Amino acid sequence: MDFFMQLLVNGISLGLLYALSALGFVMIFKSSSVLNLAHGELLAIGAFVFLVLSAWADLPIIIAFSLTLIGTFFLGFLVERLFLRPLIGEKLIEVIMMTLGLGIMFKGLLLFIFGGDIHAYPDFLPEGLSFELGNIFIPSVNVATFVIGILFLIVFGFFFKYSSQGIYMRSVADNQPAALSLGVHVRRVFAMSWAIAFIVAAISGIVLGIINGVNVHSLSAVGLKVFPVVILGGLDSIGGAILGGIIIGLLETFTGGYISTSLREIIPYIVLVIILMVKPYGLFGLVEIERV
Amino acid sequence: MENEIRLLVNNISVVYSDVIQVLKGVSLNVTKGHIVSLLGSNGAGKTSSLKAISGLLKPENGKVTEGSIEYDGAPIQNFSPEEITRKGIIQVLEGRQEFKYLTVEENLRVGTATRWGKPYKEDLELVYHYFPALLVRKKSLAGYCSGGELQMLVIGRALMAHPNLLLLDEPSLGLAPLLVKEIFQIIKRINREQGTTLLVVEQNANMALQIAHYGYVMENGKIVMESNAEDLRENPDVKEFYLGTAASGALKSYKDVKSYKRRKRWL
Ligand SMILES: Nc1ncnc2c1ncn2[C@@H]1O[C@H](COP(=O)(O)OP(=O)(O)OP(=O)(O)O)[C@@H](O)[C@H]1O
Ligand SMILES: [Mg+2]
Repeated sequence: MDFFMQLLVNGISLGLLYALSALGFVMIFKSSSVLNLAHGELLAIGAFVFLVLSAWADLPIIIAFSLTLIGTFFLGFLVERLFLRPLIGEKLIEVIMMTLGLGIMFKGLLLFIFGGDIHAYPDFLPEGLSFELGNIFIPSVNVATFVIGILFLIVFGFFFKYSSQGIYMRSVADNQPAALSLGVHVRRVFAMSWAIAFIVAAISGIVLGIINGVNVHSLSAVGLKVFPVVILGGLDSIGGAILGGIIIGLLETFTGGYISTSLREIIPYIVLVIILMVKPYGLFGLVEIERV
Repeated sequence: MENEIRLLVNNISVVYSDVIQVLKGVSLNVTKGHIVSLLGSNGAGKTSSLKAISGLLKPENGKVTEGSIEYDGAPIQNFSPEEITRKGIIQVLEGRQEFKYLTVEENLRVGTATRWGKPYKEDLELVYHYFPALLVRKKSLAGYCSGGELQMLVIGRALMAHPNLLLLDEPSLGLAPLLVKEIFQIIKRINREQGTTLLVVEQNANMALQIAHYGYVMENGKIVMESNAEDLRENPDVKEFYLGTAASGALKSYKDVKSYKRRKRWL
């Protein structure tokens, strides 16, 4: 029972990370129908920017973290501006190929700068964060993951639900011609969705870096898990992405805990294949509102 | 002041995809504070005319190839929709086009896009004042609203942008006669109370000419007739083919209408 609880907590906190990073992916897809194949590299970029600021520049953690978020936000704008905006109006497949190329380029650059080794962040999580719940011990890294996951999901949830910019973003995803007719700056919304994708990917990349160490290959591979997550949740549903993230996180930890650690990494893809076979639009995709 | 020209469309041609010409020299003007209606049958080019003004031709690969469009004296043809909406010209699209997965109030808030960051609470109240039906529904998803509520919603949403010139594309489309009447009365009130200038495209000429000051009739990409609204209402051709009441009082058969169309008397 304790083992079960332990896995449950681990699974949910890992799942929240997946959910957070999937949020950025879904936002890009919803507003511009672009599948971002560079998603894994976005995680890696965030993790390495934080590495530079925290370990190399030796900045206080909170400042390094905030600067990473601000920096990746602007990086997202820049990438959209330089590489994706010129392709607006071109065929979708060309844009998707562009994201594939971007991913390869980012990965190459990161490998060139940081090499393929595993780097580590300074040990900054206070031991006091960990706590015991009955017989189970929850280490501080899990607590931090949990808190950060919940916190940022709430922040972005509020942003999309209540802020004007969030509502403009959803309007573009909903009905682009109508959004244009009201003067919503559609290109700015695309840029914004890239900037947000960069931020949320950075947050998950950093936390994964704390858990597993910072490595280009493993971080970009984790980024691939966004596909099982969003296919499970439905490509166009933010709520679905969150649920999908948690389910994949739980599946992974339970498979690792009860069946085999070597199966752990592939279970999300097995689920992906099964779901695609039985429900190609995802389990929690938006219910199409049809009028009769 | 009374007779200032808000919008001057001067002999414009509109071409889609570089080859399909749909407007062939359209001229019309809209006086500040007036309601002007643009009538015509299916495919006449009414929607294309509105999109030429609002800049929404661009995303459809359409272009104003000749002529000019002036708004308060400055040229605006082929400007982007972002620029044109920020000058205060807002088009309400044909067929409603709500944001299905946004609530009624969120739909209204999208109308603040041209003036992001400014307060909008009073504007919401104003919209609910004109359309009390929306207040009741403000928390429900627009995708579940009725056709009448949606028409109110899209007009209200445009009002949120503080338009100086409102372009309405067939507000009566698919609505029951009583509702059409109600919506046109509200349009008239908005014009009188807010001083909003309106260009209203309609197939329901009867309703449109009741509230308009001036009207144009369009056929095959050209303006074929224009006059103040009362005169248009009395015009025998308009009566026959747009108001559905022949001068003699007897309705002509469909065959006669067809032969008339073939003769294209107005071209
Ligand atoms: N995007 C487009 N590309 C090519 N042709 C178009 C496009 N949009 C409209 N047209 C054509 O332009 C002509 C005028 O269309 P428009 O929509 O302006 O007419 P309308 O008067 O609004 O008609 P309705 O009353 O049916 O709405 C039609 O023949 C239509 O097929
Ligand atoms: Mg039309």
